[in-house]
Amino acid sequence: MSGTVTERKNLQLSNAVVRFAGDSGDGMQLTGDRFTTQTAIAGNDLATLPDFPAEIRAPAGTLAGVSSFQLHFSDQDIHTPGDAPDVLVAMNPAALKKHIGALKPGGTLIVNTDAFTNRNLQKAGYDADPLESDILADYQIHRVPVTDLTLRALEDTIERGELNKKEAERCKNMLALGLISWMFSRPISGTEEWLKDKFAKAPHIADANITVLRAGWNYGETTEAFVFTYEVKSAQLAPGRYRNITGNQALAYGLVAASVRSKLPLFYGSYPITPASDILHELAQHKNFGVSTFQAEDEIAAMGSVIGAAFGGSLAVTASSGPGVALKAEAMGLAMMTELPCIVVNVQRGGPSTGLPTKTEQSDLLQAMYGRNGEAPIPVVAASSPADCFDAAIEAARIALTYRTPVVLLSDGFLANSAEPWNLPDVDGLPDLSTVYEFPTEPNGEDGEFLPYLRDESTLARSWALPGTAGLEHRIGGLEKEDGSGHINYEPENHHAMTVLRHQRLQRIADALPPLEVEDPDGDADVLVVGWGSTKGPIQAACAELRERGRKVARTHIRHLAPLPNDVDEVLGRYDTVVCPEANMGQLSMLLRARTLVDVKTYNRVSGQPFSGSELAEAIEGFGWGGQA
Amino acid sequence: MTSNNGKLTKKDFTSDREVRWCPGCGDYAILATVQTMLADAGARPESTVFVSGIGCSSRFPYYMDTYGFHTIHGRAPTVATGLAASRPDLDVWVVTGDGDGLSIGGNHLMHALRRNVNLNILLFNNEIYGLTKGQYSPTSPMGSTHKSTPMGSLDHPVNPVSLALGAEATFVGRSIDTDRKHLTEVMTRAYEHRGASFVEIYQNCNIFNDGAFAALKDPGQKDENQIRLKAGEPIVFGPEDEHAVVAEPDGSMAIVPTAEAGDRVVVHDPSRSEPTTAFALSRLSLNPTGPTPIGVFRDVDRPVYDDLLRDQVTRARSERGEGDLAALLESGNVWEVA
Repeated sequence: MSGTVTERKNLQLSNAVVRFAGDSGDGMQLTGDRFTTQTAIAGNDLATLPDFPAEIRAPAGTLAGVSSFQLHFSDQDIHTPGDAPDVLVAMNPAALKKHIGALKPGGTLIVNTDAFTNRNLQKAGYDADPLESDILADYQIHRVPVTDLTLRALEDTIERGELNKKEAERCKNMLALGLISWMFSRPISGTEEWLKDKFAKAPHIADANITVLRAGWNYGETTEAFVFTYEVKSAQLAPGRYRNITGNQALAYGLVAASVRSKLPLFYGSYPITPASDILHELAQHKNFGVSTFQAEDEIAAMGSVIGAAFGGSLAVTASSGPGVALKAEAMGLAMMTELPCIVVNVQRGGPSTGLPTKTEQSDLLQAMYGRNGEAPIPVVAASSPADCFDAAIEAARIALTYRTPVVLLSDGFLANSAEPWNLPDVDGLPDLSTVYEFPTEPNGEDGEFLPYLRDESTLARSWALPGTAGLEHRIGGLEKEDGSGHINYEPENHHAMTVLRHQRLQRIADALPPLEVEDPDGDADVLVVGWGSTKGPIQAACAELRERGRKVARTHIRHLAPLPNDVDEVLGRYDTVVCPEANMGQLSMLLRARTLVDVKTYNRVSGQPFSGSELAEAIEGFGWGGQA
Repeated sequence: MTSNNGKLTKKDFTSDREVRWCPGCGDYAILATVQTMLADAGARPESTVFVSGIGCSSRFPYYMDTYGFHTIHGRAPTVATGLAASRPDLDVWVVTGDGDGLSIGGNHLMHALRRNVNLNILLFNNEIYGLTKGQYSPTSPMGSTHKSTPMGSLDHPVNPVSLALGAEATFVGRSIDTDRKHLTEVMTRAYEHRGASFVEIYQNCNIFNDGAFAALKDPGQKDENQIRLKAGEPIVFGPEDEHAVVAEPDGSMAIVPTAEAGDRVVVHDPSRSEPTTAFALSRLSLNPTGPTPIGVFRDVDRPVYDDLLRDQVTRARSERGEGDLAALLESGNVWEVA
């Protein structure tokens, strides 16, 4: 043993937050994804936050072009992608400038010094090289010539002519990944296999990436600059089989599962829109489940095709984001009026108008509730975590098929793109959706006629007779109709009765819902936090933090936003203070106030980013326990 | 009740709803022709679906004793596409008008045609908005004066047959509401065509736009103006076949006296794979106020969208086997926590 090697210390951490930041073309999302997979295999609980520009290739080196990926991993159960990173990897000056403010004081900063050219400094708006000044003095800074190391690792490859210099440079994200993997004791063999698989048709590219990945690992191992390595032990997750999953993928799987469990073919008609398109991409890969995917000419056509497929007896689904759902509104009204089962997914993004296409927000709740002409009540269901998108999709299908109605399923940009470990469900234990509907084959009228709007007494669902069934020929449409026969009817009393009936149908859904689950550990909390959708993780983290401080706080999370559960009045009425944090200007709060007459306090921030746990803890504390009245 | 045996008649396709178009409307004639044509063509009411949008013509499904869907303005082709794509066993018809199909729903019409979805699209062209009481439509002639255009319409009109051919529709035809025999012929061929068929039907609105098609319908004028397209035959017309359609060097077509046409007379061939000739024919009249071709402009085979869509499902199943949900969920890196 040489005495010159500094003694390494392996530090045990309970949790760590790592953020990769670089130019859009630097492969930061892929680097983050791979590090996430390695971390999942190591058994940590984790949550991720990808954050990228709407432009596919924003001008290189600029602040607008910075793409980042944050991963929070822990040996404990965690709920958010973490607040301030412990480690920041900055691949260029713009990435440094944009993200350095977030890094914890004393945190580890790894910079690619090769990217700190005068031109890049200028593009990032630095007058002087920050690496030469003392503005980074608070951090453990590691200056790594990432590009140079990458090229040197590939010297032979370049010499053999397998890659040119520019192609070789593209492997530099693997150097960063190798280095961070070493730092956190993450084996890289899984990534090596993945690279071989991904570049099976171009093995020289796989080899180059693997070479650089190993070079990154070895750089950490042999460079004296890195004194510490870290280890985050496995988390004590509930027993089971796990995999990592993003919200969009889980949602697509949930739709496939709903198709399998309902024994109905899945018809998915949609128009590409960020951040929902990945659902289409995912489903297009699973046609062996009988899935038909239809990329329509526009959002309206997508919704129209779904109505047609539902009329024909498919489990029909479309997905979009706010702007697209706005276009679908009239057709959603038709689906409601014709009482056809279908699902409209809204992966909410920053609004209004085109807004912030790649960022997250919860501002389409009222659009989902009311964004149609006339009295057009439609059930609304929200997913609360990436993996929960799977269950939420099945629940949306259950409601649609049982009650013959369109259902809005709300996800958002954060859920769509972020990942978490998913305790795989037992397929046979999933709800059996094949018993909640039937296709009639015989006329249901007293005189042998078929009455398309004759209803099931308990669910108020109308008869779902499919074209092709002899003797049940009937006509439906958007005009007001007489109950039972479905004939066009303009009578004043009939219109009022039908309007009331369409609301009653929602009430029947509420009547069959389980009571709200309330987490109130000692049963004596003063403050209730009510949330919906993707704020669940931050609210859980905030409540845990508050309880550590001795605060008595309860929380409940609402999956069914329309209809609201029957016990919502009673639950909210139980607490001195009710706080509802939302990434909008108070949409659920408004609904809850109107419904329960409880003075719901609201915390709102509309930044395009998810809440952090500590931010919410502070906000909640401000409302309760003698805080702000 | 429909009898499942024996030959069906018009009655089997007639619903018990009272027809509520204005007395004298051209829609009555079309409705009667469709009902008879379907019975004669061997269609089954239970396998037939009429999908419509909004407008006078879109009330059509209520009067058919088949399955029917009265949808929203302009969107009938989208609903019909979802239905046809998921149900190969059905005959799906779209009934639309010049406002519904060419204005608010023009986009969907183009896409249904170019995809070649297995639909029969009937466009009732009356050159007017009837249900909203008389505004000019996308097919109204330039300068036409109606409620919204007291000083004359400024819009250059669209020629529906040209538009359909431009979208590369695989079947394009045109007929006239009251010409029962001709309309039956064109619609029967549309019905037999697999893929998207498009039939423009000149339909008289006797309330807001009476006589718009007089040149083609009046006994004194029609023989002079109807250019009846017949596959395999030279395109000549007039009481004595004294007019002929000839191809010009620039690719357009012109009408010349038959005596002077010689071998320049165009022989009609709807099966030409390129729509160019059919398009040139469609340009002979912008609005049907003079000589106007009617009949089948184009009838070609091209893979049908819904067949292709289903083929992919079949291929995925044969290549990868029927989907296994448990295996899907377990795809990727799975780890066990004890």
